[in-house]
Order: sequence, then C-alpha cells, then structure tokens
Amino acid sequence: MENLLSIITFIPLVAALIMALFLRGEDAAAQRNAKWLALLATSATFLVSLFLLAGFDPDNTGFQFVETYDWIAGLKYKMGVDGISILFVMLTTFLMPLTIASAWEVENRVKEYMIAFLVLETLMIGVFCALDLVLFYLFFEAGLIPMFLIIGIWGGKERIYAAFKFFLYTFLGSVLMLIAMIAMYFDAGTTDIPTLMAHEFSSGTLSIAGFQIVGGLQTLLFLAFFASFAVKMPMWPVHTWLPDAHVQAPTAGSVVLAAILLKMGGYGFLRFSLPMFPVGSDLLSPLVLWLSAIAIVYTSLVALAQSDMKKLIAYSSVAHMGYVTMGIFAANQQGVDGAIFQMLSHGFISGALFLCVGVIYDRMHTREIDAYGGLVNRMPAYALIFMFFTMANVGLPGTSGFVGEFLTLVGIFQVNTWVAMVATTGVILSAAYGLWLYRRVVFGELVKEALRTIRDMDRREKAIFAPLVAMTLLLGVYPSLVTDIIGPSVARLTSDYQSAAALFEAGSRLAME
Amino acid sequence: MTSADFSTVLPEVVLATAAMIGLMAGVYGGKDRTTPVMTWAISGLMLLLAVWIGFGGSGSRLAFGGMFIEDPFSRFAKVTILVSAAAVLLLGQDYMQRRDLGRFEFPILVALSVTGMMMMVSAGDLIALYMGLELQSLALYVVASLRRDSVKSTEAGMKYFVLGALSSGLLLYGASLVYGYAGTTLFSGIMLTLNEGVPLGLLFGLVFMLSGLAFKVSAAPFHMWTPDVYEGSPTPVTAFFSTAPKVAAIALIARTVHDAFGGIPMDWRQVLAALAVASMFLGSIAAIGQRDIKRLMAYSSIGHMGYALVGLAAGTAEGVQAMLLYMAIYTTMNIGTFAFILSMEKDGRPVTSIDSLNMFAKREPLKALAVLILMFSLAGVPPFIGFFAKFYVLKAAVSAGMAWLAILTVLAAVIGAYYYMRIVYYMYFGKETDPVESRMDGVQWSMLMGAAAINVLGVINMFGLEPLAAVAAETLVR
Repeated sequence: MENLLSIITFIPLVAALIMALFLRGEDAAAQRNAKWLALLATSATFLVSLFLLAGFDPDNTGFQFVETYDWIAGLKYKMGVDGISILFVMLTTFLMPLTIASAWEVENRVKEYMIAFLVLETLMIGVFCALDLVLFYLFFEAGLIPMFLIIGIWGGKERIYAAFKFFLYTFLGSVLMLIAMIAMYFDAGTTDIPTLMAHEFSSGTLSIAGFQIVGGLQTLLFLAFFASFAVKMPMWPVHTWLPDAHVQAPTAGSVVLAAILLKMGGYGFLRFSLPMFPVGSDLLSPLVLWLSAIAIVYTSLVALAQSDMKKLIAYSSVAHMGYVTMGIFAANQQGVDGAIFQMLSHGFISGALFLCVGVIYDRMHTREIDAYGGLVNRMPAYALIFMFFTMANVGLPGTSGFVGEFLTLVGIFQVNTWVAMVATTGVILSAAYGLWLYRRVVFGELVKEALRTIRDMDRREKAIFAPLVAMTLLLGVYPSLVTDIIGPSVARLTSDYQSAAALFEAGSRLAME
Repeated sequence: MTSADFSTVLPEVVLATAAMIGLMAGVYGGKDRTTPVMTWAISGLMLLLAVWIGFGGSGSRLAFGGMFIEDPFSRFAKVTILVSAAAVLLLGQDYMQRRDLGRFEFPILVALSVTGMMMMVSAGDLIALYMGLELQSLALYVVASLRRDSVKSTEAGMKYFVLGALSSGLLLYGASLVYGYAGTTLFSGIMLTLNEGVPLGLLFGLVFMLSGLAFKVSAAPFHMWTPDVYEGSPTPVTAFFSTAPKVAAIALIARTVHDAFGGIPMDWRQVLAALAVASMFLGSIAAIGQRDIKRLMAYSSIGHMGYALVGLAAGTAEGVQAMLLYMAIYTTMNIGTFAFILSMEKDGRPVTSIDSLNMFAKREPLKALAVLILMFSLAGVPPFIGFFAKFYVLKAAVSAGMAWLAILTVLAAVIGAYYYMRIVYYMYFGKETDPVESRMDGVQWSMLMGAAAINVLGVINMFGLEPLAAVAAETLVR
C-alpha cells in the first residue's frame, strides 16, 4: 500500500465532506445518520490503521510508508511514520470511534458536531504523519479551528471566553514557530524533516543587540519551537488556557483535547527540538526540567483545591504532562521511552476520566464535586470503572500509568537527582487529589435528594469504557508492546542527541582554555 | 512604429472605447434602463480582455518610447485587476437595482477607472504614471458619491476627493523633484542617473512619491480616508475600492521602486518597511473596536496592504512574487466576503452592524461555513490560502535578512486574528436573537461559494499561479 498514510489521514475528511454535502435535514433520522456515518468512518480509519501497525518494522529507525509529492512554494507533501510517531497515529485512530460514541446523546446541531470531529481527526493524524515543516504546521494550526468551534458552540456557560483564550494562546505560540521554520528553511534550504534532522544548525555564539546568545541559532530556534509546544503541552506557567478550555468543552471535546491534542506538544519536542536543535535543548534543558518539576508539584496542589471535577482532572493532566517533558529532556532511553509511554497511557486514562465525568454530568448537569456523594449505592458499575481509572491516574502498578511515571523518573534520576526528588512528591500528591475526589463523589451515604433516582451506566457507556480498560491493563502488565516499537527509534534519537551535545560541550571547553 | 505602439496598448484602447460607447448608449438610449445590459457587457468585455492579456502576449515590449511597458508583471497585475473588477461589477448588480442605485454611469466609470489602472501598472514614465493614476482616481471619486441623496455617500466622495487631491499633490511634487535632479521622466533614465550618484533631492522626491502612493493603497499613516469612505460609499462601490484599485496602486509602487529606483534599494526598503509595520498594526488594532462590518473591512484592508508591503520591502524578486500572490489571494477573499456583506439585510433594508450576525449559522449553515472559511483565511490561519499568502511574504522577508519584520508581521497577524474570529463568534455562538437575513442572487451566491472553495482548494497547487507570479517578478527585478 503506497498511500496508506494519506488514506488513513483523509478517510475522516471525506466522510465529513459527504456528510456536509449530502446529509440534509434536522430531524431525528438525519441526526442518527450523521452519528452512524461518523462512527463508521472513524472505525474504518482505525481498521485501516491496523495495517499500518502490522506492516511497520520497528528495527528500521528511518521513516516508513513514506510518500512524496511536489507542492507549492518549493514545499513537498511528504508523509511518513517512524517508531516515535506511529503509536500516536494509532492512539488517535483508536480513540476517535470511542469519542464519537460518547457523543451519542448530543442533540444540538449534531451534523456539524460530527463534521467538526471528523475534520479534527484528519488534522490530528496529519500532524503525526507530516514530514514537511510547513505541512506539519498546516495540520498543527488548522486543528485549532474545529476545536475552537467545538468549545464555542457546544461548550458550557463561559464557552466564549474559553474558546478565544484557547485559540489566541495557541495561535501566538505557533506563529513564533512559523518564523523559526522559515529561518530553518533559509538556513538549510529545505523543509524536509528527515533532511533537517541530519542538518546541523549553527551553534556558534551570536551577539544580538549586545546580548551574547550561547548556542546561537540553535538556541533561538529552540526557544521559538518551545513557545509553541510549551503552550500546547501545556507547561507551567502557560497552562492557564487548559483548565478553562476543558471545563467549558463538551465531554467529547475534553476527551480529544486531553487524550490527543496535548500530545502534539510532546511529539513536537521529540520530532523537532531534540533531533534538530540538540545544543539548544542541552543548554536549556535545566530550565525545562525545573519548569516540569514545578508543574508537577504546583498543579497537583492546585488540583487539590478544585471544586469542579473537570477542572481537577485538567490540572492533573498538566501535572502528568510535567512527567512527559521531564522524561523527554532527560534525553536518555528510559526517559524518552517513559515520556512516550506516559503520553499514550495518559491518552487512555485522562480520556476515560473525562468520560467518567461526562457520564454523571449527562445525568445531573453539574460538575460540582459537592453535588455528588454516595454514588456507589446506586451505580456500582460506574464506581468500579471510576475507581479503576483513578488508580491508573495515580500510577498503581499493573496499570499503564505506573510504567510511564516509573520510566520517566528512572530517566531523570540519572540526569538530575534534585529534579527527580521534587517530581516524585507528585506521585504522592496525585494519590491525594485522586483518591479524595473519588471518596467525595462515590463513597459515603447517598444523602442528596437529586441523586436518589440516578441510573447506572447503560450498555453503550460500558462498551465505550471496555476498550480503554483493556488497553490500560494490557500496557500496564505488558509494556514491551510499546517499548519494542518505540525502542530502536528512541535509541537512535538519544544517541544522536548525546553525541551532538557532547561535541558542543567539548568545543566550548576548548574555547574556554 | 506608431502602429506597433497602438497594438501594444490595444486592450486599454478597447476598454476606453467601450466605456465611451457605453456612455453614448446610456445618454441617448434609455438612461438607467440600460444598466443591467451595460453591466453585463462591460464585465464580459473585461473578462475577455483578461483572457486576451493573460494568454496573448509573451515577453516584454515597450511602446511610446518606453512610456508604456507591457511585460509579464503588468500582465499579471492587469489580469488580477480585470477579473476582480468584473466580478465586483456583477456582484453589485442586484444590490444596485434593488436599492434604486442602478445608474448606468457606474459600470462606465468602473471601466474608465480600470483603464487608468491598466495604464498605471504599465507606466514606464512619471507622466504616464500620473496620467493613469488620475484617470483611475477621478472615476473613483465620482463612484464614491454615487448615492447622491445620501449625506454619508456625498461626504465619502468629498473626503476621498480632497485627500486624494492632496496625495496627488504630494506625488506630483515628488515627481517634479525627481525630474529636476534626474533630468528625465523616463524610469529607465532615472535608473541610469542613479548609477552616477544619488543626489539628495532625488531621495526627497522618492519619499514624496512614496507618500503619495501610500495614500492610494491606504497604508498607514496615510490611511485616514479609508474607514469613512468605505462606510459611506454604497456597498458595491466599497467592494470595488477594496480590490482592483489596491492591486493597481501596489503594483505601481513595485513598478516605480524597481524600475526607477532599483539602484538604491536600501533607501526605499526602509520606507516601505515602516509603512508596512504601521499599516499591519494599525489595521489589526483599530479594527478590534469596530461595530460596522464595512469599517471593519476598511481596517482589514489597511492591514492587508501592510502585509503585501512586507513583500515589497524585501526588495527581491521573491518579495515581488509574494506581493503579487498576496494581492491575487486577497482580492479573492475580499470578493467572497463582500458577496456576503452585500446580501445582509433585515426587513428589506441593508444592515452592516456586526452584531446583527448573531446566530446566523443556525439560519444558513452553508453560507455561514463559507464566511467562516473566508474569515479564517483572511486571518491567515492554515489550511486556507490566506495562510500561504502570508507565508510567501514571511519567506521573502526572512530570506532578505529582515527577520525582525517577519516577527512583527506574525505578531500583527495574531492580533488581527481576533477580530476576524469575532465575526465567526457572532455567527456561530452569539446570543440567541433574530439573525440577519441574507438574500442573494445567483451571482452573489456563486461568488461567495466560489471564493470559499478557492480558499480551500487553492492549497493544493495555487491553481498554477505561483510560477506565473515568479516570472512576473523576475522581469521586474533584474
């Protein structure tokens, strides 16, 4: 299959077009058709993407399934996956059908809702497959539009503020990246990502307006990309758009945001920052590591103080993304393996947690923690599933959450013990807010009048959770499934990085003497 | 000799003659009853001329001793001008008829001003430049006050006239200085003079000329007339103002700086860069507070001229190419947007306030989607071609060593994104009120949808415009 990646990427878009052009009417039948078509398209995408996984050779650390066509402005339409990106593609295709299924009860402008999600899926897959800078940017930025609409149209009360904040924050971050991309084009003469990964950007000290910039061009480029990915990730202190966006977004929007969109930041670091600007990354990694450590502790504490369930989980996401950046910038095998693992596992777990909130929100239309209590009496199945994912979020051994956190901590311990120490307290804090939330919502006596008639999960809802539970457990007990695929690519990435950084350090030591 | 000269300017002659025949027919025929026929005839002729110019010539030819230049650059600009003028004429036809504005003078004046624009982009001499510019401007002053019984429209025409005359004065003063120091009005002659040294007076002349031209493209700080004129003029006229004249004026700037002052790029690049920065930021920031969509589009066009000037400020062939593509894309987006603005009405009366768009998407999802695409494209958000327009100018700026200008450009673009998104916000998730109605005839509908489709599909290969613009730019910058 020569165009497998393009096929996977554009199936959802084609479905969205069909829906936009041929599906008319607002009645129940049209709504049902829209949902089924969306479910069908996303499932088909997932099935086709299984061929990708089957045909992938992990020992080959180069790009596979590459396709190239000429495009405008000297650019190329180039797609391809390697060990680092393939699992993100799989994560996206795996989660989208579940997301669509979770939005089954939406009644307001269903057709548009489904179109937005389908378009979004195309753009998300495109981000992970693009092998041309500008093509990457195109997918990366365009994803803002459907998400802006999803939050803005189907969101909660403060949705307008949240939608604008989300859009402008991320837009500002990424236009700086665009400038850096053009500068890279100018410097290397190409926008081809594999070529750029081999290209050595100059790291000689630059002097701009009297400031000495150690690491020169690499540092500047790193900072520009960092501005974009740090916002997307999001890292403390530019995370403030995330709680607003999460709280206001509809359930399915939150799931996609937490499970996939946040991963674009981490993926960006792995695809651009580390391999292309190793010197810049090396020079600034202490900063990133400490920002991550602060993020883990600070946002965990903030999560403890929340009274809104979604906000709590949003802050917990920021904390977990802290482990990811920490692992990436530890830049050794365990750290990067752990970071990727953590991103995948967080995709399942945080997605599931937002779905858990969605389940009771659909029934009670409130996300206030105080409005609940004693749910275990009426909803045993829900209590079980919520318990499972709370534990996974805390990082209980046997679930995928543990593997990711453990690996990143092992990685960082070899690089910076102090950061590792600070970050480890985050494990305790996450248990504190996670279990406390669970106790307040699920345990205790059922005293609230409104909760007396609440129904347990129906079959559709259980069916959505089943695959997530399975994946979380599977990766928890058999992590080699993931590490075997990503391992060789990560090994090459880290060894290239280490040698480039060592070379620079030797060079600057020589210059000192 | 003369016959060769005339065959070079034949398209201009045809258009001018057609306008005069139209005038006769209008006066002696049925006056305003002939308007629809006249509109269609003149638009058709313009499209024909566009095809003729686009596919006809090749290479460069000089006529009238170098006063008139016919080359790939002028052909690219002329095709853009003719197509957009024809589109705008057809666009406004229905609106004009229903609002009692169906005067037969409108298509004729547009044709005359387009003749002026074609003259402008082909000018190879200061006199030819001025002649083209005035022919274009005088026709525009009149159409601005086309609605004779409205105070606002009359005011718009008056303001435009007074400020336009002032800018023409500046331009003429600059031209006279240049003539005085160079001893010739021919661009090629000025170029030769510059090889022997740059007299200070010539630089003064250059700055005055650029200021005069900046008025015409409504670049800040010479933009003051734009919002009032855009708001006061009848909407089809506003649509016209925001497209063809802008292309002509900015092409004229490119022609002047490269053909006449190509030897001293550093001197005009900084002036253009300053104009570009001022326009981008003014356009972005001042538009935020606007409540009227026509005023908003005025600031939007100021901002967009800034982005296009960034390309010119790069001073390279790549920059000129970026500018040409920017203008072609910008006109497409504006035609689509104005097709929608023309159709906005409530109880049969035209409305232009932005909050009347509340929840429009619920009433007309398809049209709202098209406007959404155009707005995001204007804001420069990928994957629409508005992004590529900005990408080209950024690339030109960075490769000309003006990274600071590129950074300012993207900052302005982020600020500007806010007000385009506010329109989307009103349409898709504003308050639940009775939204504006949108009554479109077939032409407007297809222009709106066509523009939106172009904005999406153009990403694939720009419809092959890129190499054409590259050739055009290379003939200008040698």
